[in-house]
Amino acid sequence: MNRYSSPLNFRRLVITLTLTWLGLFVLLPHLMVILTSVLTPDAEHLVIWPITFDNYLKVFEPIYAGVFWNSLLMSGITTLVCLLIGYPFAYLLANMSPTMRVVLLFLMVVPFWTNSLIRIYAIKMILGKKGIVNSFLMFTGVIDSPVQLIYTDFAVIIGLVYILLPFMVLPLIASFAKLDRSLIEVGKDLGASPFYRFIYILLPLTAPGIIAGCLIVFLPAMGMFYVADILGGAKSLLLGNVIKNQFLVVRDWPFGSAFSVFLILLMAGLLIIYNKANNYIQHKGGLDDENL
Amino acid sequence: MTNSAFLSLDNVTKRYQNQDVLREFDLTINDGEFFTILGPSGCGKTTILRLIAGFEKPDEGQVVLDGQDIAHLSAEHRPTNTVFQSYALFPHMTVFDNVAFGLKMSGVKKSEIKQRVEDALAVVQLHGFEQRLPHQLSGGQKQRVAIARAIVNRPKVLLLDESLSALDHKLRQKMQNELKRIQRQLNITFIYVTHDQEEALTMSDRVLVINNGQPQQVGTPREIYESPVNLFVARFIGESNVFKARITERLEDFQYMAEIHGIEWKIFADHKFDIDDMVHVILRPEDLRVMYIEDAPQESGFLGQVIERNYTGKTLDSVIKLDNGHTLVASEFFNEDDPDFDYKINQKVWVNWVHGWEHVIKADELKK
Repeated sequence: MNRYSSPLNFRRLVITLTLTWLGLFVLLPHLMVILTSVLTPDAEHLVIWPITFDNYLKVFEPIYAGVFWNSLLMSGITTLVCLLIGYPFAYLLANMSPTMRVVLLFLMVVPFWTNSLIRIYAIKMILGKKGIVNSFLMFTGVIDSPVQLIYTDFAVIIGLVYILLPFMVLPLIASFAKLDRSLIEVGKDLGASPFYRFIYILLPLTAPGIIAGCLIVFLPAMGMFYVADILGGAKSLLLGNVIKNQFLVVRDWPFGSAFSVFLILLMAGLLIIYNKANNYIQHKGGLDDENL
Repeated sequence: MTNSAFLSLDNVTKRYQNQDVLREFDLTINDGEFFTILGPSGCGKTTILRLIAGFEKPDEGQVVLDGQDIAHLSAEHRPTNTVFQSYALFPHMTVFDNVAFGLKMSGVKKSEIKQRVEDALAVVQLHGFEQRLPHQLSGGQKQRVAIARAIVNRPKVLLLDESLSALDHKLRQKMQNELKRIQRQLNITFIYVTHDQEEALTMSDRVLVINNGQPQQVGTPREIYESPVNLFVARFIGESNVFKARITERLEDFQYMAEIHGIEWKIFADHKFDIDDMVHVILRPEDLRVMYIEDAPQESGFLGQVIERNYTGKTLDSVIKLDNGHTLVASEFFNEDDPDFDYKINQKVWVNWVHGWEHVIKADELKK
């Protein structure tokens, strides 16, 4: 035995454990989903053998186009709101003293220790007919009778933003932390107004953080069926609701699986675009002469 | 070069967290001069630069440029440009876009931008690099782009913040010459901040030596090196041997007899002293004459032994411990009479200096 064998064994152990875990709980379930997606649905046995691609064709049927579009819209608005709130927040955070930064980040993460389902129910209480918002508005005399807040698209977006905001903020903070402060000073020195400093220096240099943040908000937002269920009523607002309904209500597992695979492919496509965009920004992008 | 005050800091005080970095600080810089602010780190030299650039506002006092008080003008409205220590090139822009940035911001016409960027890149000898990105450039090239990006705006004052410190020795010397050439060519006032005394002496028309936010001496490199006003300047600019001495006799104007470590020496001074005044006699390493003890002439001299010798190529530098306990640093040039001279460690030597090369300052002229 040489003296390197023990760390080497440890490394092998760690790698084996990780691979086993990923294989059992990530790869295998996904393979099962993919397999299910090409089987034929059956009322009695859930799925039966003949392999078919009809499930995938069904994904593109017009009725689902509406859900698809709605889902894109909801996720898009959620992402935009998260960006509009998260960007200034991350900027302020990056400019704070290290102690304040840790405290604020901590405060942002604390709610995550509570299950998100419980937090969504809390929002339901707040937005309800007799919730805090309506009570306050009635108390101050702004309105006479309760406003319909709960079971609206607005409520769903509030819920999605609330759950997903940290996922926008964290990559943005990483981006701001990497930013060389003196570049902003150079901008000042060269006569750029605050607006131009933002457009030509801050924005392009934090673009990787913006794209990363948008992706990890946009993609999960489409799948968060329980937020839409609880805050939006029983409407199929998100792709996640469609999939959930296929499994739990319609019991058409192959179609639900096909929809899942479709969503995964969509995410993969977006990630590839992200990578391309990132490379472009870091190596080729920048001030386009035509834009000035 | 005219001698009118072009840029001045009048009575400027700057505080950080209730601590005065600069207090009632005055500085006058002439039009078209290469002015260097030299001091150890944390002495306030970068603060002065940032006050001129507009990144900091003074708590009190005025910053006057070309007859106009600019103390409260923000950086983007000042006719000054800065070359940063870290270059700070925009990583997402090509060399062309980096250099063109300032012109675009001030709304210069496109055709003129192209011409001026080309001219600026020609000045720093980077023709043909327009489409490169910063990460494709070497350190020296980045440095040149940073300079081009600043001078293309034709600033009234160019500020350079330790701009050469990240380069290796050889490239640094080359860039020192380049900077001087660019400064002459453009006839712009350069203010250079550095902690490197050699750099300051090489490039500058005038140097300000500063310590703890207090100006110590302003003068030409020669004045600073040969006639330091106090011990701080003497020690900071080059190496110095400092003797404490007592004036014992006045021979004639500016010529005295002084006692150093029990030996009477004739010294020249440019101040008037009284008998019994305490003075510092400052000798540069190259002012000293060192001889093997057996070759020593019949003159007064200190005795000691060599405790270290360093061959530097041009000179032989030695550290000599005198019998009276004082340690001296000597630097001797090789010459045609004795191209191979050398010392052995512990060799006994006799030390004297070239009379008249000593610089004498009053002991209480010490500024802290």
